[in-house]
Amino acid sequence: MAAPDRLTTKDWLIRVAISTAVVAGIWGIGQGVQVGLIEYVQRIVLLCGINIILAVGLNLINGTTGQFSIGHAGFMAVGAYATAFCGVKLAPAVTAALGTGAIADGVVFNAALLVGALLAGVAGLAVGVPSLRLKGDYLAIVTLGFGEIIRLLFNNTKALGSATGYFGDNPAGLPPYTSFFWVYVWVVVVVLIVRNITFSQSGRSLIAIREDEIAAEAMATPTTRLKVTAFTVSAATAGIAGGLFAHMQSGIRPEDFKFEKSIDMIVMIIIGGLGSISGAVIGGIFLAVTLELMRDLQEYRLVLYALLLVVIMIVRPEGLLGTRELSPSMFKKKAGAK
Amino acid sequence: MRLDRRSLIIALASSTLFGAVACKGGSSGGGGSSSGGGSEIVLGHYASMTGSTAHFGQDTDKAVRMAVDEVNAAGGVIGKKLKVVTLDTRGDSAEAANAVTRLIDVEKSTAILGEVASSLSLAGGRVAQRRKIPMVSPSSTNPKVTEVGDYVFRVCFLDPFQGKVMAKFAKETLKVEKVAILKDVKNDYSIGLSDAFKESFEKLGGKIAVEQSYGQGDTDFSAQLTAIKNTDAQAIFVPGYYAEVGAIARTAERLGVKLPLLGGDGWDAPDLFKIGGDAINGSYFSNHFAPDAATPKAQKFVADFKTKYGMEPTGLGALGYDAAAVLADAIKRAGKTDTDALRAALADTKNFEGVTGSITIDPQRNAQKSAVVLKIEGGKAKFAATVAP
Amino acid sequence: MSQFLQQVINGLSLGSIYALIALGYTMVYGILKLINFAHSEVFMVGAYTGFYTAGALGIEGMEQRGAAFPLYLALVVLMVAMGASALLGVLIERLAYRPVRSAPRLTPLITAIGVSLLLQNLGMLVFTPNPRRYPPIIKEVRFELGGVIVTNVKLTIFVVTLALMLGLWYLVQRTWTGRAMRAVSVNLDAAKLMGIDTGRTISATFAIGSALAAAGGILFGLDQITINPLMGTLTGLKAFVAAVLGGIGNIPGAVVGGLLIGLAEQLVAGYVSPDYRDAITFVILIVILILRPEGILGVVRQEKV
Repeated sequence: MAAPDRLTTKDWLIRVAISTAVVAGIWGIGQGVQVGLIEYVQRIVLLCGINIILAVGLNLINGTTGQFSIGHAGFMAVGAYATAFCGVKLAPAVTAALGTGAIADGVVFNAALLVGALLAGVAGLAVGVPSLRLKGDYLAIVTLGFGEIIRLLFNNTKALGSATGYFGDNPAGLPPYTSFFWVYVWVVVVVLIVRNITFSQSGRSLIAIREDEIAAEAMATPTTRLKVTAFTVSAATAGIAGGLFAHMQSGIRPEDFKFEKSIDMIVMIIIGGLGSISGAVIGGIFLAVTLELMRDLQEYRLVLYALLLVVIMIVRPEGLLGTRELSPSMFKKKAGAK
Repeated sequence: MRLDRRSLIIALASSTLFGAVACKGGSSGGGGSSSGGGSEIVLGHYASMTGSTAHFGQDTDKAVRMAVDEVNAAGGVIGKKLKVVTLDTRGDSAEAANAVTRLIDVEKSTAILGEVASSLSLAGGRVAQRRKIPMVSPSSTNPKVTEVGDYVFRVCFLDPFQGKVMAKFAKETLKVEKVAILKDVKNDYSIGLSDAFKESFEKLGGKIAVEQSYGQGDTDFSAQLTAIKNTDAQAIFVPGYYAEVGAIARTAERLGVKLPLLGGDGWDAPDLFKIGGDAINGSYFSNHFAPDAATPKAQKFVADFKTKYGMEPTGLGALGYDAAAVLADAIKRAGKTDTDALRAALADTKNFEGVTGSITIDPQRNAQKSAVVLKIEGGKAKFAATVAP
Repeated sequence: MSQFLQQVINGLSLGSIYALIALGYTMVYGILKLINFAHSEVFMVGAYTGFYTAGALGIEGMEQRGAAFPLYLALVVLMVAMGASALLGVLIERLAYRPVRSAPRLTPLITAIGVSLLLQNLGMLVFTPNPRRYPPIIKEVRFELGGVIVTNVKLTIFVVTLALMLGLWYLVQRTWTGRAMRAVSVNLDAAKLMGIDTGRTISATFAIGSALAAAGGILFGLDQITINPLMGTLTGLKAFVAAVLGGIGNIPGAVVGGLLIGLAEQLVAGYVSPDYRDAITFVILIVILILRPEGILGVVRQEKV
């Protein structure tokens, strides 16, 4: 890769223009969604966004780095509780300064989300440092253990509502901050961050760790540091998803972050293809939409869901895209082959 | 720069994809208003039909459908038939909120029934409140449920009341001074009930010997009961669900703990006697109705339920029946399916003769009801006392 | 003191059941390097098979008449459950694990999680989610020794566990099948070259491990009074931790690990807080993996490029 060019003013202007266009685009679509869709469908669309963040974040550690975590629901819980709690505590101070309205809400929500991401990241670091010395199945089972311990801690914390869960001081629940706009702004942010890591120097080192850790170490790759970093970033993104989820639900409880949630995340990245960002995006959408469409099947739904997972693993273990990314050139190649 | 643009394309492409999916769902759902102009009035029921608490949803749903069938057989309400649409929550709060949203938007429900578990009623109730669709919870006893807002009602009594009933009964009727508590910490119902019991019992001059806990789904209680055995408690308050209570009773017997168990309406299921067997004899629990001291209406309900489903109804079933009946009655009194009128009619419910007793909705949208205390003897629950609010 | 002894006895009986389940994990892991997540559901199915078999043999009528369930029928129940679970274990391996055996290591792991979920949800469908009371295939008799209460069920648990363990040790150390298993666990390809039918050996491993889990399931039902379709999840995880604690792939290790986990759990529940009885298992797991990943009785193996 060529050395990064120094950015000129023009480059900066283009960046700002693109970002503004994207944000305006999301805002525009959000307005359309709010007017054009019934709330039930809106919820699914929000859930898709949250799933994308979860899947893309988890994919960084599970897919790209090949270090399997099956306890990410724990980090989602940390983010959810932290965001909800901070949001409730921050709101009075911010409304005192900025008054009520969309701007104040946005400030509170995003500040709280950042705290949530930070704390989830710290939790990720705390879990990652000791666990990432382990490999494969052992790492998986330790992350599962940590995920369960985190949930048990919330279950036994009175200030956060124990088993009843946390929904702020108002019985009507947490304020519904989670809108199409914020969810998808965060989707773009998370996808960009993960993408930039994946396609950077460190990203290639992460892939090297996945392919052969001992060989990577022999090439002087700081494997431990990189693995822990990837794990921390991944935990932080799960925290953001948790915060968005909390304010979509207007309340959270420890039961929302059971082992099954971690399995859901794994299914998302497996369907799309381990190691592919666009695959994770597709997987996240797929899971939200299918689980909703299958609701009419009642008790057969989860049986089919589990069966689907087994069949995918046997028939196409690399998922829809494998480690490839969805891009225009992919279709060109296919056309050329014909 | 080049790479940045590509990722933007990915992000934008994915959002368009959603748009497509979403629009499809939107068009099949039709417009947004719920006027209920057809020949049917839809009552949406959300319940845990699958998952580890599936029996709650299934028991309630059977009774809800029976109540609605009876209303329809009698000609329906305001010239229309009632129709129940049931959606599963898997015992998951995100699913509960989804289910209620769908009941309102897609199924066009006039009113919502559900849930059993308070935490799920909270999640669903917030959606109903925001959309201003009346919701009646059959059996969520946590006080917070109806605090969500003025569209959320319930037809059962509350945990603090139930806790007070048992505290009073233990202190004044059983004359016990020291009680051990064994609560389910994964269950907000159990926590609420034990807190209420503790407060009332201590206020009455009693003492809590020790507080022990377990988690829903646990099967081993020997550690806790061994610890309780070594205190001077005269009774154990176990405000959990019947399956664990049955196992707790058996374990207590096995460990030579010969104390009466006290509990709440979560005990009420035929399985309590199947699991607990002889070990549960001599225990007491508070409940919504006593089958042997029941009104003719309740007796008819029990008989009809047995004929229809070949099994005994539980207290949850009885409350599900009452919730649907109260709702049907409110629609009748409102004379229309307008949600505001229906809400007002529900709030106005007075002395409605239900299976579980006379139901009057108070200004906090809770049912003012008396509770009964049942004693278990010879594998049957027998009426022991009535405690008025 | 009597309270402490009581907790210890209860802990050891729970631990014996963990040990029986842990054997299945440890044998499969030793051979395939796979955490057989579905093992916990095989345990559940074993318990339910025993439940239905006892029902079919008319245990309810006998209980109502006050008659004890004859010992030979109890053995029939045990055999049927062990047989059915063995079959299920072999089927799982054939249908789900064999096709992905040569895939990267995470593929079988996810497949195992999928099979576990599938069986759990099928269990909810077929057995209903309602907890069931386990039929008393052994009529409970209680003894009191200095304030400590021991039941014949607990004694049976110790005896059956010990008997099965010795049987397994004999099988692995003294028979042809056992020798083949040990060979396959050292190196699958080399074993193949030596003319060992690896497919059959792996099937045998699954069959034996699953049969032991079924025995564990029945003892669990007798000891814990109720069973439900989700009973395997946590119990299975704890048994897996027991296998890791003792040294995975190591049969005596699984037994030691099982007893230690059962004991630790019971003592934490009795003296610290029952809220952390599940957490202690995970804490032990994390500590052991970080300090001594090969387990108490395991041997270190160097990974090569």
